[in-house]
Amino acid sequence: MSAVDVARIRNDFPILTQKIREKPLIYLDNAASSQKPVSVIDAISNNYRLDYANIHRGVHTLSQRSTDGFEGAREKVRAFLNAESVKEIIFVRGATEGINLIAQSYGRSTLGQDDEIIITTMEHHANIVPWQMLCEQTGARLRVVPMTERGELILDDYAALFNSKTRLVSVAHMSNALGTINPIAKMIKTAHSHNVPVVLDGAQAAPHMITDVRALDCDFYVFSGHKLYGPAGIGVLYGKQALLESMPPYQGGGDMIRKVSFQETEYNDLPYKFEAGTPAIADVIGLGAAIDYVTGIGLDNIAAYEDDLLRYAMEQVNHIPELRVIGEAAQKGAILSFVLEGIHPHDIGTLLDSVGIAIRAGHHCAMPVMDFYQVPATARASFAMYNTEQEIDTLVSALKELIKVFR
Amino acid sequence: MFEDLRDLYQEVIFDHNRNPRNFRVIENASRAVEGFNPLCGDRLTLYLNIVAGVIEDVSFQGSGCAISTASVSLMTEIIKGKTESEAEALFTQFHRMTTTEGEVDLEAVGKLAVLAGVKDYPARVKCATLAWHTLDTALKNEGQTSISTE
Ligand SMILES: Cc1ncc(COP(=O)(O)O)c(C=O)c1O
Repeated sequence: MSAVDVARIRNDFPILTQKIREKPLIYLDNAASSQKPVSVIDAISNNYRLDYANIHRGVHTLSQRSTDGFEGAREKVRAFLNAESVKEIIFVRGATEGINLIAQSYGRSTLGQDDEIIITTMEHHANIVPWQMLCEQTGARLRVVPMTERGELILDDYAALFNSKTRLVSVAHMSNALGTINPIAKMIKTAHSHNVPVVLDGAQAAPHMITDVRALDCDFYVFSGHKLYGPAGIGVLYGKQALLESMPPYQGGGDMIRKVSFQETEYNDLPYKFEAGTPAIADVIGLGAAIDYVTGIGLDNIAAYEDDLLRYAMEQVNHIPELRVIGEAAQKGAILSFVLEGIHPHDIGTLLDSVGIAIRAGHHCAMPVMDFYQVPATARASFAMYNTEQEIDTLVSALKELIKVFR
Repeated sequence: MFEDLRDLYQEVIFDHNRNPRNFRVIENASRAVEGFNPLCGDRLTLYLNIVAGVIEDVSFQGSGCAISTASVSLMTEIIKGKTESEAEALFTQFHRMTTTEGEVDLEAVGKLAVLAGVKDYPARVKCATLAWHTLDTALKNEGQTSISTE
């Protein structure tokens, strides 16, 4: 039996108790964003109710309380990622801003004409476009790791991409369009054997498995709070201290400086060098509460429970001959991307919504993946620790019904 | 199970989705315009043969959801034989019907009325209007060969 008490978890998520079009809500759009437990909602609202003031440099009580909450959350993130120091934890708006920061600060200061950046076929647009922009600015080039029909990266081809011009690898820890969990430990070893640093896009992985940046030895790691049961608009960039120290600031402003005159400006120490301006204070505190919440349940328990859910779902949809699963990697997180013969994903999405089931239909910000499978879009059900096998049963019977309606 | 959606997915829509009308290429068409909705990947090419201001023939190719397929299929049926300005007037009526509460000439829109339900599904309005925006581009901008909504 699983160590996750779903009934209790569901009680912690107020949004899940409602009905949509008179049917109990079945929320299966967790890869896009997950719902928030009451402890996160309370942490945010309590900051605004009781403790809110601008942080750092304040001498009054509220400022001190907010600063303590804010910096306390930074320590929670450090422990969550097993980073060595809080100096390596930079608050950003999300995975997207984290990657842009790396591209514009690290990338722009180290890459030049004809240098190469390796990404993969299954990346989210957030891990493609910032690099394309960097390429335009520097004359560098993108190289793309191919994948198999099952949605697994071809590691021999990856290894063969390295040459004397390779400067950076950026890869999804887990794919949002396919669910594939990439063999990042191996990929990092390969890159490091060529002295090439590695960025991991942890947007999907962070909520679903234990992340240990020191064990992985990745150079950068980014994730978003809103997929980790935390607030939207806040995320984290982890970087090895030596790298972050060598990098120029990303944005200029207050908080990121030590001393400013019109002649010269001295930048602040890490992590503040990369945190210009007043941050999302309450949301950072909310993210800290979200981390408390998932670590309280245990990410290994969450991973095991979600793995059972995925297996169950894969088994059930196996009995639908019109359904084709997109993404069948052996190592896979709780994402079920699929197409139904003759039925467009948007019709699936609208019809399922009418019976209370929320899924996503579209390209999932991964158009190259759609091109690879030659589909315009897919339907995607993505599971979280509060989903149940009964919900999957309802999804599956709705899909069967839907096929009949369209026939 | 899907009773709530009968307003949106009427039988006519399923019928046109299953058997789209005028689903072919017109060789040597006087206009051919591709319409693309990047949000959902719906893509269609509209072919028109216009002789002395009259739409003598119209057809389409492409793939999309049931709403967009039915919409373009119905559109080809209704505009065939109409003048360019009659087709433009229909576009205005159709646009009104699917987006606002404004007065719609129900007689003019005829069969297209089955698509009025999308009004209550903001996420799906673009599916229904893609065909018409593509037509609009074909009629107004001779020479332009593609449009993208969004
Ligand atoms: C794999 C992956 N990378 C990056 C992102 C971007 O995350 P955000 O929009 O929170 O910055 C997402 C979110 O959809 C994602 O799934």
